[in-house]
Amino acid sequence: MIARSALALLLSAPLAAGQDLVVGSKNFTEGRLLGEIVAQWIQAETELRVEHRSSLGGTQICWNALLAGEIDLYVDYTGTGWAILLKEPGQVSDPLRAFLHVRHHSIERHDVEWMAPFGLNNTYALALRREKAEALGATRISDLVGQGAELTTGFSIEFTNREDGWAGLREHYPGLDLEPRSMEHGLAYEALASGEIDLIDAYSTDGKLLRYDVRVLEDDLGFFPPYNAAPLVRGETLRRHPELREVLWRLAFTLDDRGAMELNHRVEEGGESFEQVALSFLAEAGLLEGETGADVPRGARGGLFGRLWTDRARLAGLLLEHLGLVAASVLIAGLLAIPLGILITRHAVLRAPFLGGASVLQTVPSLALLAFLIVIPGLGLGATSAVVALVLYAVLPILRNTFTGLDSVDPELIDAARGMGLTPRQVLLRIQLPLALRTIVAGLRTAAVISVGVATLAAFIGAGGLGQPIVEGLYLNDTSLVLSGAVPAAGLALLVDALLGLCERALTPRGLRTS
Amino acid sequence: MARIQLEGVTRRFVLPGGGAQTAVDHLDLEVRAGETLCLIGGSGCGKTTTLRLINRLEEADAGRVLVDGVDVRERDPIALRRSMGYVVQSGALFPHLTVRRNVTLLCELEGWDEPRSRARAEELLERVRLPAADFAERYPSELSGGQRQRVGVARALALAPPIVLLDEPFGALDPITRRELQREFLDLRREGERSMVFVTHDLEEAFRLGDRVALLHEGRLLQVGTPEELRRSPADERVASFVAHHAAPEVRP
Repeated sequence: MIARSALALLLSAPLAAGQDLVVGSKNFTEGRLLGEIVAQWIQAETELRVEHRSSLGGTQICWNALLAGEIDLYVDYTGTGWAILLKEPGQVSDPLRAFLHVRHHSIERHDVEWMAPFGLNNTYALALRREKAEALGATRISDLVGQGAELTTGFSIEFTNREDGWAGLREHYPGLDLEPRSMEHGLAYEALASGEIDLIDAYSTDGKLLRYDVRVLEDDLGFFPPYNAAPLVRGETLRRHPELREVLWRLAFTLDDRGAMELNHRVEEGGESFEQVALSFLAEAGLLEGETGADVPRGARGGLFGRLWTDRARLAGLLLEHLGLVAASVLIAGLLAIPLGILITRHAVLRAPFLGGASVLQTVPSLALLAFLIVIPGLGLGATSAVVALVLYAVLPILRNTFTGLDSVDPELIDAARGMGLTPRQVLLRIQLPLALRTIVAGLRTAAVISVGVATLAAFIGAGGLGQPIVEGLYLNDTSLVLSGAVPAAGLALLVDALLGLCERALTPRGLRTS
Repeated sequence: MARIQLEGVTRRFVLPGGGAQTAVDHLDLEVRAGETLCLIGGSGCGKTTTLRLINRLEEADAGRVLVDGVDVRERDPIALRRSMGYVVQSGALFPHLTVRRNVTLLCELEGWDEPRSRARAEELLERVRLPAADFAERYPSELSGGQRQRVGVARALALAPPIVLLDEPFGALDPITRRELQREFLDLRREGERSMVFVTHDLEEAFRLGDRVALLHEGRLLQVGTPEELRRSPADERVASFVAHHAAPEVRP
């Protein structure tokens, strides 16, 4: 049954089939929200059937998916376009120049067109605990010069390392003597609220700025580059659906920083769904007629158990999806790695390259591998790429155990079998494989448990599974949502481990159990 | 019953260091039809290699091995080996198979039907004094060393081969069990239905079990003859001293 559902999953991999337009979005609140707004807007204003594939991971994944035609559009920021997508050297500070530059060069180089910006500028900002800000009388970044001894920082790892983050800021504001201390950004606000730190980097439209008692400092020397959000559309899509251009330009300058901050806040703190917030924005902005602001909670916040219960239908579906990914991957990996293991047992020259190659694959970070795979034609966003990645990770334990299992069969037994007149094939099938079976199954077991874990990352490329609530929860800063994915995933890993452990014992020949 | 002739057989091994070692050096030797020939010598004398040259687990670098006048290299190695029972020191029973299936593995591969294989297993197990009712369904891990060796002998006899090769089959057993198996081996020899080559490093065992004994040293044959001949008229000093040093006072079984 597992095999069949895994197969069905594989066959249905190009999920986007049947849609005219696929909108992607980055995996944080605002990215997803803007994606949802665009998707609903196009759906309402055109005849096109629109699918929104949300929370697709970071910039690289969305951009690669766009270039590969896996998605037709997504929302990104001019600063990101400048530094990351186009890899332009240096910095730009004028928002208009930045927009025109990335627009022009994206069309020239990649046949991707930036539509009109929404208006909001989600750039870096420094936020100071209000109490401290008042004590120091600080309203601008320049006011921090010389105050390093007074301030404890908690910068995100990204900010600490980026050219347009701390490194550039220090040079732009001579005399700024802060001691940069890195910490996980999700924890920074809490640390700020409890007074452990005073100064953090923030995104200027972050909904959390409304919740915590902070003062956002003015970038008085104009250091932070503009990060104006705008939809990026494939040129090919625009030629196919020319009406899109006009429809999207009508979203121009409809959402400013404050507005974005409030929408983000409604999702993150108000517990409203993305769909609901997007709809009410379009209505309130006078773009769409319809009900405004009726609060539809996204789901019970709060307790994990309550959430597990209320979301049980969705979680069960995700669990099956997860199991399907794992089963398909381990099955395919087994079909590849076991024969390969037999081959390298027989030909010593092949051992080092194959075992070495599989080990190297194991060291590639999962997200990097996924980002790499989605641009390969035929893989793309979704289950196919996820399964390929999982297979690549599952090969090593199976290959290694197959080799070890076969190689550790007592050579005297093999010699006796040959001397009796068994053919090489009979030696393999009758003697070596049965004796190595226990070890090979142990390899499959390891592979399956690893896959259950890695498969949670499949959600970053829209392949679903229990990673979905984890990814969503991480960006909504909603611990119980994270746990509603993580706890079943951990349970699944334990269950898979136990079941395959039983298999391992059942498949161990009786003659070997006593010894 | 079959006759085995080794004519000028040489076998060299390349050592890990790069040098070569001649394990068997221009050996001429005959195993007469129906006789039991014991190969004896110190370790490294080439006796095991000689045995393995007969069933082509080793291939000769020079010279040839004939079975009933046919060069073994002209025969299919699988068919050749199935015509020769093979027993090794450790017994090498397959641990995942029951005693019965160890004994009848070759019968299965030869396509015998189930009742015939079963009957054969029972017959052979009775013959090595392991009542099938007690032992057939046991696994090797549930047997003593002597019992395992008996199963090894039964397995070698499964296809009623005209030749049986034994590589120190009783070498790892305690003296009492060894003596018991040697007595049973003599029963087997007495049947005179097959030619057997028996490798041992124990001169007493060789003298007890062999119709003839071949004494090897550094890959060469020092002397071959009946135990009586080796005792009475050793070919040279080395044979004389080997016999003198290793032969215990004769004990009748």
